[in-house]
Amino acid sequence: MSADTSKPLAPGVRPAVGWSLLGSELSVLFRRLRTWAMLLALAAVPILIAVAVKLSSRPVAPGRGPLFLDRITQNGLFVAVTALVVCVPLFLPLTIGVVAGDTIAGEANMGTLRYLLLAPAGRVRLLLVKYAGAVAFCFAATVTVAASGALVGVVLFPVGPVTLLSGDTIGVGESMLRSLVIAGYITVSLLGLSAIGLLISTFTDVPVGAMAATIVLSVVSQVLDNLPQLDWLHPWLFSHHWLGFADLLRQPIDWTSFGANALLQAGYIAVCGTLAYAKFSNKDILS
Amino acid sequence: MKEPSPTQRGAAAEELAVETHGLVKRFGQRAAVDGIDLAVPRGAVFGFLGPNGSGKTTTIRVLLGLASATSGDVRVLDQSMPAALASVLPDVGALVEGPGFYPFLTGPGNLMRLDSADRHALPATRRQRVADALDRVGLTHAAGKKVRAYSLGMKQRLGLANALLRPRELLVLDEPTNGLDPQGTREVRSLVRSLAAGGTTVFVSSHLLAEVEQMCTHVGVMSAGRLVAQGPLAELRSAGQRQVVVETPDAERANGVLARLGLVPAATPDGERPIEARAVMNGGLAGPAPEVIVAALVADGVRVRGFAVEDASLEDRFVSLTGEGFDVVG
Repeated sequence: MSADTSKPLAPGVRPAVGWSLLGSELSVLFRRLRTWAMLLALAAVPILIAVAVKLSSRPVAPGRGPLFLDRITQNGLFVAVTALVVCVPLFLPLTIGVVAGDTIAGEANMGTLRYLLLAPAGRVRLLLVKYAGAVAFCFAATVTVAASGALVGVVLFPVGPVTLLSGDTIGVGESMLRSLVIAGYITVSLLGLSAIGLLISTFTDVPVGAMAATIVLSVVSQVLDNLPQLDWLHPWLFSHHWLGFADLLRQPIDWTSFGANALLQAGYIAVCGTLAYAKFSNKDILS
Repeated sequence: MKEPSPTQRGAAAEELAVETHGLVKRFGQRAAVDGIDLAVPRGAVFGFLGPNGSGKTTTIRVLLGLASATSGDVRVLDQSMPAALASVLPDVGALVEGPGFYPFLTGPGNLMRLDSADRHALPATRRQRVADALDRVGLTHAAGKKVRAYSLGMKQRLGLANALLRPRELLVLDEPTNGLDPQGTREVRSLVRSLAAGGTTVFVSSHLLAEVEQMCTHVGVMSAGRLVAQGPLAELRSAGQRQVVVETPDAERANGVLARLGLVPAATPDGERPIEARAVMNGGLAGPAPEVIVAALVADGVRVRGFAVEDASLEDRFVSLTGEGFDVVG
């Protein structure tokens, strides 16, 4: 077996850990027109909400429309939170489905998968880097909504101290920070869906199929979560905690839902990641 | 003996860059590759011939670890594949089943991307190596264009550039001249020759016989998943029959003389000149010398207007091995 040991590398050439590939992945992802189109569409959501509220003469009745919508006119800082609430059920899963479903299937479809593996990128490393790219997109997407919301809120509405759900009042700076924490919560919420997208993506060479399947699953999960007959299933659905960030608007912050959500998403990452590894590490690359 | 046993083979045996033993690859019930024993010597330009669908690309995928073998052993650059994939592939440049690139990136952008996937490639020299590779395939002028705007030939050149990003010990080129114009085809041939002169082993698959005949030192012929012949090009050619062609108005008398000399008269191909006699020299070089044949013909009063001894062309040999017609094997 001694013949099989890897031969010494040329002097001065040390295999790098491979950050280059991660950097390249992020740069390819964020230089792509499609990525920017999706981020721009997401940024447009808070702008639409804010403009609609500003233009409508009737005040929004409390409790009508999406969460916190009625508070926008009093305090522009609520635009970001309202927009996130609006985006979580569909718009964010839609864009994440596109990115996560494209991870492996997209490379296979372009014919670049075989060349990445011949480089050799290493199958496990490629999966990890691809997942890292999807995670980066989740973060970019939520932050885009939050930032665009904060900006348009400041421009169109009065801004002042925010009264939290617990009755306490926090300053503008801290409420910005809370928006960021909520964006973090939603990013974490979407990690399970990204892992599902990655898994589906290892099964096909047709990216559109993987994207559609991922998005459909996110809808199915939310529908199931709304059927009271299936309440035993609810805690296991990856979308179960998606809108559970109200606890982050209390003083002091109640981290229990954050923790439960993170644990659930970690479970999905572990299961889907393992399955994706099992599928991809032995897959015949015939694309 | 299916075991790979380089020690037993002894020092006298030539070193092999690619070696398979009983390699089988099945898709369901169908064997795309059905037990082949490849032996590609180091430094050779190995032409991997076969009709479409004969299992060439599948073999290449297995050699490079993209697909797993159903059974059999594969050794590339003296290491077992796919176990030693991570240490073998950096020394292998490959073009498999046509080029594959990100259409929204430029040519150099694509090469940088693929190079960054190779952990052994130095980031510091990346830009320079990409520029050199582009220059080598004549794509420098198109460096600013997105690959979306490239023609098939340009993509093919970019694929070759990718294979040349680093000095390689082995190049695996699957139909490298596909989509290239005659000028490009010539450039690829001279590129392959110059790489081989530098000591690189080149494994070229092709269904174009003329191409293989012009650049290869060794040939392997695939047919319906089996390797039906392999060896040095000259050997494979001479295994075919040599023919004596006599141009004469006295074809019948000439045939008689040739038969007397131990040659077997052969049919003149349809539609060719009627004033011709053909005979097959059995046993390759062992037949009578050409001047002896001509003297005998002339002594018998055959009016010899032309005389030639023809080697079997690779095409004749290829057809005799794989059957007439380039039928796609299902």
